[in-house]
Amino acid sequence: MIISIASGKGGTGKTTVATNLAFSLGKNVQIMDCDVEEPNSHLFLKPEIRERQAVIAPIPLINEFKCSYCKKCMEICRFGAIAVVGKKIITFPELCHSCGGCMAVCPEDAILENDRELGEIETGSIGDISFIHGRLKVGQVMSPPIIKKIRTLADKQMVNIIDAPPGTSCPVIAAMKGADFVLLVTEPTPFGLHDLTLAVETIKILNIPHGIVINRAGLGNNDVKEYAKKEGIPILMEIPFDKKIAQVYSRGELIVEKIPEYKDKFLDLFDQIKNLVNNLAKSPVKDIADKGAATK
Amino acid sequence: MRELVILSGKGGTGKTSLTAAFASFSSDMILCDADVDAADLHLLMAPDIQQKTDFQGGNEAIINPDKCTRCGLCIELCRFDAVKSTFEIDPIECEGCGVCYDLCPEKAIDFPVTTCGEWYISDTRFGPMVHARLGIAQENSGRLVALVRQEARKIVQKNKIDLILTDGPPGIGCPVIASMGQANAILIVAEPTISGIHDLARLAQLAAHFKIPAIVCVNKYDLNLDQTKAIKDLAKEKNITFAGVIPFDKNFTESMIQGKNIIETYENSQASIAVRKIWEKVMAQPAMNIERLI
Ligand code: SF4
Ligand code: SF4
Repeated sequence: MIISIASGKGGTGKTTVATNLAFSLGKNVQIMDCDVEEPNSHLFLKPEIRERQAVIAPIPLINEFKCSYCKKCMEICRFGAIAVVGKKIITFPELCHSCGGCMAVCPEDAILENDRELGEIETGSIGDISFIHGRLKVGQVMSPPIIKKIRTLADKQMVNIIDAPPGTSCPVIAAMKGADFVLLVTEPTPFGLHDLTLAVETIKILNIPHGIVINRAGLGNNDVKEYAKKEGIPILMEIPFDKKIAQVYSRGELIVEKIPEYKDKFLDLFDQIKNLVNNLAKSPVKDIADKGAATK
Repeated sequence: MRELVILSGKGGTGKTSLTAAFASFSSDMILCDADVDAADLHLLMAPDIQQKTDFQGGNEAIINPDKCTRCGLCIELCRFDAVKSTFEIDPIECEGCGVCYDLCPEKAIDFPVTTCGEWYISDTRFGPMVHARLGIAQENSGRLVALVRQEARKIVQKNKIDLILTDGPPGIGCPVIASMGQANAILIVAEPTISGIHDLARLAQLAAHFKIPAIVCVNKYDLNLDQTKAIKDLAKEKNITFAGVIPFDKNFTESMIQGKNIIETYENSQASIAVRKIWEKVMAQPAMNIERLI
């Protein structure tokens, strides 16, 4: 099973939920931190890292001896990553999306591909919990390939918990697509609600069952609950606004370790998710048809 | 023209609340919401939209089944696995590279421009504001960020405005890079947490990479004094100006619910006084006093 933990807005407690959920389960679980621009779950889980691999993407390498300056590569490149001016050809590797168009179109066979490092993926464990995270290299912009690479490491035998990046664009999609369930973490504030509605719209496009965790409950107002009710999205857990929890977080510690009664709450959260996913699995045809109609 | 970009690494540290509060301190500025993916500034600014424009962010391939002979070349060429075995294109996977469109031997692929969002020029009680909304599940947020900033610059030039206050996006990727080029300085709003420090360090590294001066302040500093000190130390080590600290204050959320900034609602609170001090310190920085060419 794959559970993706997301939120339209950053800083709502996604990582808190992902790490505490994984730790409460304790075994047969794998955490996959896909927030590759700012990965944080390792700070809480303190995994022992055993392997490191670079994530590589190709960029064009021009053989100027063969190049006839025909400009075909420049014309096909939709990302402005190649410029031919007179008898000069320049590439801008940061802009390249590695589509391979320039190489495919070059009539002189003058383009080869070279590797560029986008970032890295580290794997390891904390006790019986498997750990994977990715890290975008500072100054690089292509995070989706790193996320997609992490996703290939999902283990069907385990519960895979994805810590997704914030927002609603390509990196988030890469972290949610194909998940069995998306857990949305939000705050009961106007910003929290606004970003939650965007996240819900994203999930509707992907057609994935979802539920809400309200973090810092008690702060702000009741609008998130009303919205959830109106949309028929279950609220699966509330974590109260509590200075003690905030301090535990600030020190990079897990709530379930410092305030043990939370362990049962996270296990209960998991049971609810499991039931929701299983119930859907029992009536897939009807449900998907319903959902399709609802999103149209 | 000067521009201050307010960033936060992870988001959720109070970046937007702070940007909104700063708007109260200058009568000669324009607001720019560059957090196009999850824009929130408008919730505090009640913008009165004057102009609305579609954002045409890219293209998307579509196979015409009548012309397609199922030769399979597009499947082979597409590096993003966007062409399904049914010879349909998955719009979510399509990167818009146009390789299939250009190389299809039957010319069976269309490549229309897609509208990926909207951007707006608005009036607010503090002055003009440029903001945007990226469509759900769309690409090119970096390009929309660049566009919003460029439009803000046009207005600045036309109306001789002194300052652009830009609410930046989270992370350190494409949109963030697009939000800081050519800015006078970035102000990083950090939280005194282990993850906050980690995010700050990555963002500071990015700013150094692009040679943009960085300034840092700590929000909710009283949550963890040790971590606040650690941020101060890190700033010193990395040569980042430390602009001050803001205490945790429920009034930030209270103001948000009222659709106002904290200076408007609780001007004499500890938090408001701290915000004002930070503003003064930021604006006194040499980096903020260099005229930027448009
Ligand atoms: S691989 Fe694609 S994006 Fe990269 S330079 Fe070539 S045509 Fe441009
Ligand atoms: S435009 Fe590029 S990404 Fe989209 S389907 Fe064609 S080859 Fe694939």
